Amino acid sequence: MSITTDLIREKLIKEIGAVHVEVEDTSPNRCAASFKVLIVSPQFEGKPLLQRHRMVNNCLAEELKEIHAFEQKTLTPEQWEKQKSQ
Amino acid sequence: MNSIIRSTARCLRAGNTLYRSNQVNGHLSFVSVRLCSSDAIQKNLGEMVKKDKVVVFMKGTPAQPMCGFSNAVVQILRMHGVDEYTSYNVLEDQDIRQGVKTFSNWPTIPQVFFNGEFVGGCDILLQMHQNGDLVDELQKLGIRSALLDAEKESK
Repeated sequence: MSITTDLIREKLIKEIGAVHVEVEDTSPNRCAASFKVLIVSPQFEGKPLLQRHRMVNNCLAEELKEIHAFEQKTLTPEQWEKQKSQ
Repeated sequence: MNSIIRSTARCLRAGNTLYRSNQVNGHLSFVSVRLCSSDAIQKNLGEMVKKDKVVVFMKGTPAQPMCGFSNAVVQILRMHGVDEYTSYNVLEDQDIRQGVKTFSNWPTIPQVFFNGEFVGGCDILLQMHQNGDLVDELQKLGIRSALLDAEKESK
């Protein structure tokens, strides 16, 4: 199954309770499958950045084997609201 | 036929690998067996990351990064006045390129280590830079960020 933005989004919502997900397929800019994701989830609360990113990595472990480049931004709902208002 | 020629050429180029052929579903597949084990590489990496306060595994070199994300890491460190650090170009060594991903259980390059501890990749370093955490982490390493001096001057 090819990796699609929808697949990534669904997995993140299901497995880390993401309340907001933005997935951008940045592959056209590079020579191989690349994605940029913004994930907002209450499960990130109280967790340092590395731990949040590892949660996402674990969730997408299968996909990451095929993905060449992966950018992620992980925010709690509170951080997301703050960022939106800036 | 072509794949046999290609793998023979590879065998001649790489001096230290053995090739075994397996019969899989009627196709001959050549499997390379590295003489240096992946355990040895993991052990080496354990030492490599402790060699310096700041260690970066990247594509290319700090003088000539070969990837946008690796370049971002170099630029961020430079902004903080961190120009002297140990870096490893994973493009020059596929064992290291794969090994470091296993070592830190992290799927991508670049990878930044502070005092032998994995910090993260480009995204994390950028966020740490933006939220001020990077200045604090560098201070813990005994490195005074150049941005602190820049702040002082502007006051």
